[in-house]
Amino acid sequence: MHADTRPTLAVWKFASCDGCQLTLLDCEDELLGLADQVRISHFLEMSGAEDGREPATLNGIGPYDLSLVEGSVTTEEDVRRIHHIRRISRRLVTIGACATAGGVQALRNFADVEQFRATVYASPQYIATLATSTPISAHVPVDFELRGCPIDRRQLLEVITAFLAGRKPNIPDHSVCFECKRRGNTCVTVAHGTPCLGPVTHAGCGALCPTYGRGCYGCFGPVANPNLVAMVRQLRQDGMTGRDIVRIFRTFNAASPEYAPVAELATQEPPEDPHPPETPQ
Amino acid sequence: MSTTTTPAAEGAVIGKDGLATLVDLLRARGFTVVGPTVRDGAIVLAELESADQLPYGWGVELEAGHYRLREREDGAAFAHAAGPQSWKTFLHPARVRQWRAERSDGQLVIEEDDTPPPRFAFLGVRPCDLRAIAVQDRVLTGGRHRDPVYQGRRSGAFLVAVECTEPGATCFCASMGTGPAAGPGYDLALTELVDADGHRFWIRSGSPEGADILAALPTSAASEAVCETARQAVASAADRMGRTMPDTDLRRLMAGTLDAPRWDDVASRCLTCGNCTMVCPTCYCTTTEDVTDLTGDHAERWRVWDVCFDLDFSQLHGGPVRPSARSRYRQWLTHKLGTWYDQFGSSGCVGCGRCIVWCPVAIDITEEAAALHDWADRPDGEP
Ligand code: SF4
Ligand code: SF4
Ligand code: SF4
Ligand code: SF4
Repeated sequence: MHADTRPTLAVWKFASCDGCQLTLLDCEDELLGLADQVRISHFLEMSGAEDGREPATLNGIGPYDLSLVEGSVTTEEDVRRIHHIRRISRRLVTIGACATAGGVQALRNFADVEQFRATVYASPQYIATLATSTPISAHVPVDFELRGCPIDRRQLLEVITAFLAGRKPNIPDHSVCFECKRRGNTCVTVAHGTPCLGPVTHAGCGALCPTYGRGCYGCFGPVANPNLVAMVRQLRQDGMTGRDIVRIFRTFNAASPEYAPVAELATQEPPEDPHPPETPQ
Repeated sequence: MSTTTTPAAEGAVIGKDGLATLVDLLRARGFTVVGPTVRDGAIVLAELESADQLPYGWGVELEAGHYRLREREDGAAFAHAAGPQSWKTFLHPARVRQWRAERSDGQLVIEEDDTPPPRFAFLGVRPCDLRAIAVQDRVLTGGRHRDPVYQGRRSGAFLVAVECTEPGATCFCASMGTGPAAGPGYDLALTELVDADGHRFWIRSGSPEGADILAALPTSAASEAVCETARQAVASAADRMGRTMPDTDLRRLMAGTLDAPRWDDVASRCLTCGNCTMVCPTCYCTTTEDVTDLTGDHAERWRVWDVCFDLDFSQLHGGPVRPSARSRYRQWLTHKLGTWYDQFGSSGCVGCGRCIVWCPVAIDITEEAAALHDWADRPDGEP
């Protein structure tokens, strides 16, 4: 019998909803092919065993060639565990908005966690939690961050394939508008006045929402260097209030540093538009 | 030799039934007919199975960053401008596979993608877009290296131009010298007339193949009066353009204003979303994407649209050459209006107005050019 030379894959969960891990299980047509190429060693969502040995532990055995990490860091225990996982992983890739930007649970970063704890839980003394929800990259070096809430199936396969082949994943850094136009969509902002975050949102979904006539709500997080002054002004023009604008940016990628100026931009008096568009007759 | 000075009645006249026959005839001859049709609240370009799908009775209201469909009482089919796509979608597609490679038993086999393209007939090519196709012809097939994808799609294409009688508020072809009358390059040209004498089209051929098709259509003779009415309608469209480009040497203007403060001003408004470039009928830039499957035994190379607003577009070792919005907007405008002349001997802008309409934040190429012109003309000493 040949020794098993397949690279090993591990999938980890932190504070998250499991949706991104499920994306891997959703790769129904590719899963068997994937299992030919990698040994899925640690994946609690799929199996309670570690390389066939039961039971698998939360810490795994390792080492692993590729670790996919879902979820954000919200407890002391998470902090310890992510350092351990980094030590036993050759490559570490974060999957999804929680692992990459802190997730929707990072809304706590803008509020008082003690108050939440006291209000939400009947016995708050049993709840051990950090005051913030932080992305994996705030704790350990990350080899690649895959965006989305949840991630896109094809992009996940591309990242795994690229790491297997030892090449750079083909995951473009531009805005959703690029994908929207390449798909031949009619822009919902221009043709219908629908607010759309596409111009400041990282591509990856294939412009899913605009393809179905809805505005993008930014689940893939910010594009590099977004012009939020211009975006906030346009969202107002399309009928959103300051409060709505703060809220739409404070979802799955709420803690993205790129979004930090939004709160102030959206709540201050709208600045004079230097070049107000002519109102169509 | 003719001695008359009045223009002779040329071409012929067809009715709506003639237009329907034209679509049927082109389809019967094996063409994939593409033309305007209403979809998703816009007049888009799509394959037509019959002339019934044309946007009869629909017009558009255009402004910077603004597009709305409007019903028209006259039932005209071609009284609209600046839709979300241009013919480049079909001639220079957003994604094409260039080759694939298979590895088996240690052997690598590379297979070029040579699926024969459809033979297109484009119905409703506006004069500005006719010029845009000529501009892309020069860029993609006019040099030493011809693009086989474009050439394969372009060489068999049959172009039915429709002159403009209803320009939009964002149109400025008259000031770019590209419309509203159809220039050369069409197989057939139509001018739509809807008045007391009915709904009809003045039709002329511009090629032997066009003449051949025209001969097979149910036509009536074009009277002097029809030709004159049609010419008048087109001429008056030139006076109703919503925008104008400054009347100056644009190439010199671009080269002389590289340090203008206006670039910072426009950069503060620009989202660098790339919409203007992707809707522009002459922008041709692409990038390459290589994909492999999980086994690594199968690889494909794809070519996809890319534009100068993408940070990756100018990525070299160490980072992008044009990291700022200012440098990227300036690249777009100076290429369209300036360096295009040096590269290809013409303007890269044909005045279709698409970049103005489809910019989500209403940035207007004519307004930016005018502001640069004002700055260049400022009295000495002003910053
Ligand atoms: S619909 Fe949204 S994503 Fe698409 S082009 Fe318009 S602004 Fe961009
Ligand atoms: S630059 Fe704008 S107006 Fe000029 S051809 Fe391109 S899209 Fe049309
Ligand atoms: S303006 Fe930009 S995208 Fe368009 S052709 Fe020039 S470099 Fe390419
Ligand atoms: S000019 Fe408008 S369409 Fe073009 S990149 Fe800037 S914001 Fe986008």
